[in-house]
Amino acid sequence: MNDNLGLDHIDSGYLDVLKEIGNIGAGNATTALAQMLQRKVDMKVPQADLLEFRDLGEAIGGEETIMAGVYMVVEGDIRGSIMFLLEKESSRHLVNQMLGGMGDPNAEEFGEMEISVLKEIGNIMTGAYLNSLSDLTQLKIFPSVPEIAIDMAGAILSVPAIEFGVLGDKILMIQTRFTDDMAIDGYFILVPDVDSYHKIMKSLGMV
Amino acid sequence: MANIIKVGMADLNICKAPDGITTLGLGSCVGVALRDPVTKIGGLLHAMLPDSTVIKNNTCVEKFVDSGLDELVKRMVRAGANRSRLEAKLAGGAQMFAFQRNSDLVKVGERNAEAARKKLRAMRIKLLSEDCGLNYGRTVIYYPETGIYVIKAVGKPEKNI
Repeated sequence: MNDNLGLDHIDSGYLDVLKEIGNIGAGNATTALAQMLQRKVDMKVPQADLLEFRDLGEAIGGEETIMAGVYMVVEGDIRGSIMFLLEKESSRHLVNQMLGGMGDPNAEEFGEMEISVLKEIGNIMTGAYLNSLSDLTQLKIFPSVPEIAIDMAGAILSVPAIEFGVLGDKILMIQTRFTDDMAIDGYFILVPDVDSYHKIMKSLGMV
Repeated sequence: MANIIKVGMADLNICKAPDGITTLGLGSCVGVALRDPVTKIGGLLHAMLPDSTVIKNNTCVEKFVDSGLDELVKRMVRAGANRSRLEAKLAGGAQMFAFQRNSDLVKVGERNAEAARKKLRAMRIKLLSEDCGLNYGRTVIYYPETGIYVIKAVGKPEKNI
């Protein structure tokens, strides 16, 4: 256990490494998405930000924005959790793409099939993200089956925020913007526990 | 014209009637609202974790139910509220996902709500009503004028507790 590795002590070099992990991970996830949709998907350079909890809501366009959050527990050499968040409108768009028009584009709520598709999108995206992290660090990472919540962003984000809350007073968020024929804002939040941070940094020669 | 003061995550603030105070999208966090019904001074805490004594990195008092409530009461008394007249309402503490991992964080929503009840009892502040648990997020608005705590959730009718 290394107490000096709380997130409050992060310097810009450390943040750059995490950003790069985010970049590669999100790149891999975008490729997976493109294969899934069988069309070209572009990705903007991801943003990695270390945020105060009270600024978290604003950063993703308001606490009350309705989003789909796919959440997985991570085990292996790295322990923690990962969440993939998508705005409801983007989720609807992606689900319709996947279902080839079988979904109801105007329905207010997601049906069972659509929820299942969303979970699978989250599963594939986070899987691709974690694979690249695993390749990069040579650490074993096993995600659990995905769980999903569709609710206010603030409420969904409270889950990873609380996990970060145990470590320190800030949360690290990697935002990835995809574009196919509409812009899709997706967010990855990787929450390794304190020991795992140390392992990631060590495997990359940072400590 | 009355304002609505906003409180973020791991944050607290106070207000005076006719102003109200709000926090948006409470998930597993809890929103503890307090008021002095005579001076109509109110306050709201949006806390993430139950107990500041078990966690090392606890410089942020607003992050925890126990230290956050101490701080909130202190701020309210400084603003003119009477400590012995304070009354409370409680919301949040949901479990957003079917599982939530890791021994520290299992049922953290439920534990946040329980920590709030316990702390309020210890502080001899009466808990008038609450809307806690289940699996959905809540936006809350508290009006110290009336003591009404408005609870909003996605796809559910608004309610006052």
